[in-house]
Amino acid sequence: MVRTKELDFPELAGLFQRMTGDEKHTWAAASTLHVLWVLYDRVLNVSPERVDDPDRDRFLLSKGHGPMAFYAVLVAKGFLEPEVLDTWTEFGSPLGQHPDRVLVPGVEISSGSLGHGLALGVGIALGLRAMGRARPRVVVLVGDGELDEGSNHEAIALAGRLGLGQLTVAVIDNGSATHGWPGGIAERFAVEGWQTATVDGRDDEALHRAFITEHAGRPLAVVAAIRQETT
Amino acid sequence: MEQAMARVANPMRQVFVETVSAAMDTHPRLVVVLADITADAFTPASERHPDRVVNVGIREQCMIGVAGGLALTGLRPVVHSYAPFLIERPFEQIKLDLGHQDVGAVLVGIGGPYDDPVWGRTHQAPGDVALLDTLPGWTVHVPGHPAEVEPLLRSALTGDGRVYLRLSTQTNTSPQPALFGFRTLKHGRRGVVLAVGPVLERVLHATRHVDVTVLYAATVRPFDEAALRSAVLAADHADVALVEPYLAGTSAHLVNAALGHIPHRIRSIGVRRDLELHAYGRPADHDAVHGLDQASITAEIHTMFTQSTS
Repeated sequence: MVRTKELDFPELAGLFQRMTGDEKHTWAAASTLHVLWVLYDRVLNVSPERVDDPDRDRFLLSKGHGPMAFYAVLVAKGFLEPEVLDTWTEFGSPLGQHPDRVLVPGVEISSGSLGHGLALGVGIALGLRAMGRARPRVVVLVGDGELDEGSNHEAIALAGRLGLGQLTVAVIDNGSATHGWPGGIAERFAVEGWQTATVDGRDDEALHRAFITEHAGRPLAVVAAIRQETT
Repeated sequence: MEQAMARVANPMRQVFVETVSAAMDTHPRLVVVLADITADAFTPASERHPDRVVNVGIREQCMIGVAGGLALTGLRPVVHSYAPFLIERPFEQIKLDLGHQDVGAVLVGIGGPYDDPVWGRTHQAPGDVALLDTLPGWTVHVPGHPAEVEPLLRSALTGDGRVYLRLSTQTNTSPQPALFGFRTLKHGRRGVVLAVGPVLERVLHATRHVDVTVLYAATVRPFDEAALRSAVLAADHADVALVEPYLAGTSAHLVNAALGHIPHRIRSIGVRRDLELHAYGRPADHDAVHGLDQASITAEIHTMFTQSTS
């Protein structure tokens, strides 16, 4: 059932195309693409054989909108068969415009409505702590526009105060927040006691370094800055 | 006992704190999630289990989200606040972070519908059960006496489902023994009165000289349709009075479902839907306005069951 050979980054283009019919450009412009790839290829301790392992890392796609890059990476890493991409958004398909954890093995949360993933991630980190499971990481992906939702700020403050070192947030910053974040997004986390790093969101090496930064005793926020590409 | 009552302003809440605190010692999956309300009372439990009492501060959206995350790791969250801050304010979190994630939790609310009206409308939640009724899969307990809280709570703590335990300072004088499904307290021919939780005593008083069946529900979801149908079929008239200590008619759709093939009549008594009081006072003052006081319930029951029906 599970393929032994993983697909590589360039093959994501073809996987995208099976969903969107897009010829060339859209897939590469997906703001989450490099963050997802670096996480699944080099950071997260996850595999299709261990989707129920209590010691697996957890990746929570809070910004559930535009999940094609997520699905493509899950296929590339063997969580899904490529054929299922052809059913994208159809009735009965496990894959829709927002992911559903009940339908897809390896998807940790159902998301779509913005501002839910971070508090869920805080809860998972607290649960792991309560069970004495210090190893698994909890990585939550949010968007800069999503940070408008006040629920995130409840969770950012709480995670900082509780010193949840197992928690990491990846913020995709493509400047989509209507009223912006004066002083930068990282500052919003730093003031609450988070360790932060702001890197080029399409630079795999920089992303990797940011994600493996030591941050014992405090949560980590990696702001992945995405420059708008001209097409 | 008198001493204890003097110390404890809210006996149901006290049973909740004691039951959960004791259960945590033997039940390693239990985690209490609070938003400051009642946090002091959980200090001893917190000292014994520092990682299993989480006070998120005054952050109710986060409270439910955190509970969802805890449940995703396999733990059993017990979440508590005033009903409006537990159910209404973070309602989308209840819908998505619990329901849509397909995980469970025990929500324990206090204050509804208007336990302490001096705090005004902000601390009242007569719509809590109706609101949860828009979501599938919730068990709703409405105990009518502090002694009913512990067995209902113990059942909730050991399960995996989504449970709302709705506590109140308005209570009956004595507890009922059977708390799941509807219990028949009195048999009669003219129809059926369903009393939910704290209104039981008023219903029993109102029906003293009325030839009706009285059913008691400390658990309203799931709704015991079979018991209601049997009671209605055993009476001479398919007339049902529904007396609930929250929005009037909250369970009327389920009475209709239970009696779908039986021509029937329903009278729903509860907190009025057409009023939003700007008033303080005592619960009895509000009961009188909503028709939940003894005199109003008695009058309604007599009108429905002792006057001639066609």
